[in-house]
Order: sequence, then C-alpha cells, then structure tokens
Amino acid sequence: MRGKPIFFYIFVMWALIIGGGGLLVSIIAPLSIHGFGKFDHIVDSIVKSVIAMILVVLWVLLMSKIKNWIFQKQMSH
Amino acid sequence: MLDKTIIGILISAIAFVTVYAITPGLINVLTKRNMVVKDYNKEVATMVARPGGPSILAGILASEFVLYALFPSAAILAIVITTSLAFLVGFADDRKVLGGWFKPLALAGTAVPIILLGVYYPHLAFPLFGSVRIPELYLALIIFMIPIMGNAINSIDVLNGVASGFMTIASFALTVCLVIVHNYDIALASLPLGFVSLAFYKYHKVPSRIFPGDSGALTLGAMYGTIAIVGHVEVIAAVALLPAVINSFLFLSSVKRVIEHRQIKAKPVIHTEDFRLMASDDKSAPVTLVRLILSNGPLTEKQVGFVIFRLALFSAALAIITAFMMGIKI
Repeated sequence: MRGKPIFFYIFVMWALIIGGGGLLVSIIAPLSIHGFGKFDHIVDSIVKSVIAMILVVLWVLLMSKIKNWIFQKQMSH
Repeated sequence: MLDKTIIGILISAIAFVTVYAITPGLINVLTKRNMVVKDYNKEVATMVARPGGPSILAGILASEFVLYALFPSAAILAIVITTSLAFLVGFADDRKVLGGWFKPLALAGTAVPIILLGVYYPHLAFPLFGSVRIPELYLALIIFMIPIMGNAINSIDVLNGVASGFMTIASFALTVCLVIVHNYDIALASLPLGFVSLAFYKYHKVPSRIFPGDSGALTLGAMYGTIAIVGHVEVIAAVALLPAVINSFLFLSSVKRVIEHRQIKAKPVIHTEDFRLMASDDKSAPVTLVRLILSNGPLTEKQVGFVIFRLALFSAALAIITAFMMGIKI
C-alpha cells in the first residue's frame, strides 16, 4: 500500500503524544521544588517548562530522524 | 437530546446549502474580476478562481448564528469571532502577498477573543493519565494553537480538493470525539465545519473550479483550533489533524525557518512527461508530505489526494480511540 511508512510515522507520533502526556501528568506535574522562599512557585514553573521543552526538542529530533530514514529508504527503492 | 438532534440537522443543512449555493456565484464573480490563479498541476493551462474563503465563512456564520439564536453561549461567540478574524487575515494575504511571519503573528492575535471571553479550561487532558492544570502555560497554548492549526491546513492545501476533503474527515472525527467525551454543545457547534468543508469539496475536488485560498484554509484551521480549545479536546484534535501537522513539521524541519511555500526555489514535486506528480531528487528541496508519498514513484494528482485522505481516515480512527481512552484512567 502506498504511503505505508507514513502510516507508521503517524502511529509513532500518536504514541509519543500519549507517552508524553503520561510523563507530563504522572512524573513532571507532581514535582515540587522548595528552598527558594517566595520564588518557589516561579522556580517550580520554570523547571517544569524547561523539562517539557527539552522533551519536545527530543521528540522533534526523533521525528526528524525517522522522517529522514523513511524518505531515504523510499527514494533508494 | 431530541431537540439538539433536530438543531444539529438544521444547522448542518444551513452550513451545507449556504456553501453549495453561494460558491458557483462566487466562482463567476472571481472569474469576471480576473481573480484567478494558474493550476500548475494541469497539463493544459487552467486558471482557477480564488479565494473561496468568502463562501466558507458565509456557511459558518449562517449556521453558527442560527445555533447562537437557539442556544446562546460564549463558546459559539468565540468560534464566530476567532474564525472571522482568521478569515480577514487570510483574505489580506490573498489580496496582497505578505511576509512569512505575518500569518503566524496575526493568527496569534485572532486567538485573543477566546481568552477575553474566558471560554477555556486551563487543564490539558491526556488519555489514560488524566489532566494537568497549567493556568499560565494554557494561555500560551491558546495563542500557539490557532496559528498552528491554521497554517497546518494552509500548508496541506497544495493539490485539488485536499484541504477541503481532509478537513471534512478531520472535523467529522472531531465531532464524533466530542460526542464520545459527552461535550454535546460543542459537538453541535462543530457540525457546520464538516458540512461547510464537504460542500466546498464539491467545487474544490479534481478538477478544481475554485481554490479556498489563504482565507478559506485559515478560516477552516482557526475554527477547528477554536473548537478544540472551547471543547476541551486539544490532544484529540491534534491527533485527528496529524497528517497536516506532520506536513508542516516536515516542511519546517527541512527549511529550518518560517517561510511561505511560494518562497521555496527548489521544488519538492515535479511532473513526469505524462504530467503525473513525481518526487524531486533535488537535495535542497524540502521534504513535504506529498514528496514523501511520491518518493515510491509517480502518481496522479487524484491518487495523491486519496493517499492523503486515507492518512486522514487513519488519524481520525486514532483520534476516536484517543477519545475513548479519555474515559480510562491507569
């Protein structure tokens, strides 16, 4: 079937969304940072945002690698 | 529930009939005013009317105003205002070619009514794991979501019938998902989007008599994004839109900057002698969804469109599975 690797690509992206949501809700969101006094809330938000952004960058890199692999594989055929 | 079913049928009919009836007239007016563009994927030089945004907006406004008259709600107002503003952004771009950053920034502005009307719930809900409360980040999400959805639909509008056909599948999937998560009011408000897209597809399919233009594509994308926010189905909506999101992602990860498709010099897709579409082997050309589909060999424009529709149906199925998974907690 034409576009079969793209179906796989969409499925991987979907799995990453579900898995990413799981990480966000069950591990990152419950994190609590203390020791910065009245800045606890801000530091807590910044740290969580930075972790989320790092995860997004990692996923973008992963998807980019898979895209290049699919494209090169298909073109070589 | 019966009332809502009757109203659903009524507004669906209004949305469909408005676009179905207005579009031929719009094609005539645009053609007479020489508002036509060349269809580059046709062997014989063909000029196609553009933009179809006005008839799409007319269908949306007619049906949403009737719904608002029967069930007044701030969510419907937000849908109407944001969608109309997105139409204006797209129409400005249709009339005068604007810079690559104009659309994302202007579309971000169209999201402001959603915030001002307070029709959002600052929790991001994920399947299986529950939701996370992100009051400040959610505002940023609203501002980002409308330009992303708008540009995703705009970027997939590259072949005859693809944007409207894809939107028909994605928006009906979104309506089904809203029903699954028991958000019936927003499911009602989302019905016109699918029927407007379906009616427009009649004139947009191969061979196109009209192109939606930026005004049409951004109107559809912005309405979809607004429904996702006010319906609290952000993740599900993103899943249903994955082929278009992937297309934008592939393009951006290839060119590594925000630019318009027309600014790309190396073409991702070329034509064979019998005018089928073929993936370019130019290494500097961006990898797009169409190029990826064609990397296995040439296809006709219609065949590429049907591959994209199959991808849309696959994403729609994943979105519906995701909606069912919302009710399960681990």
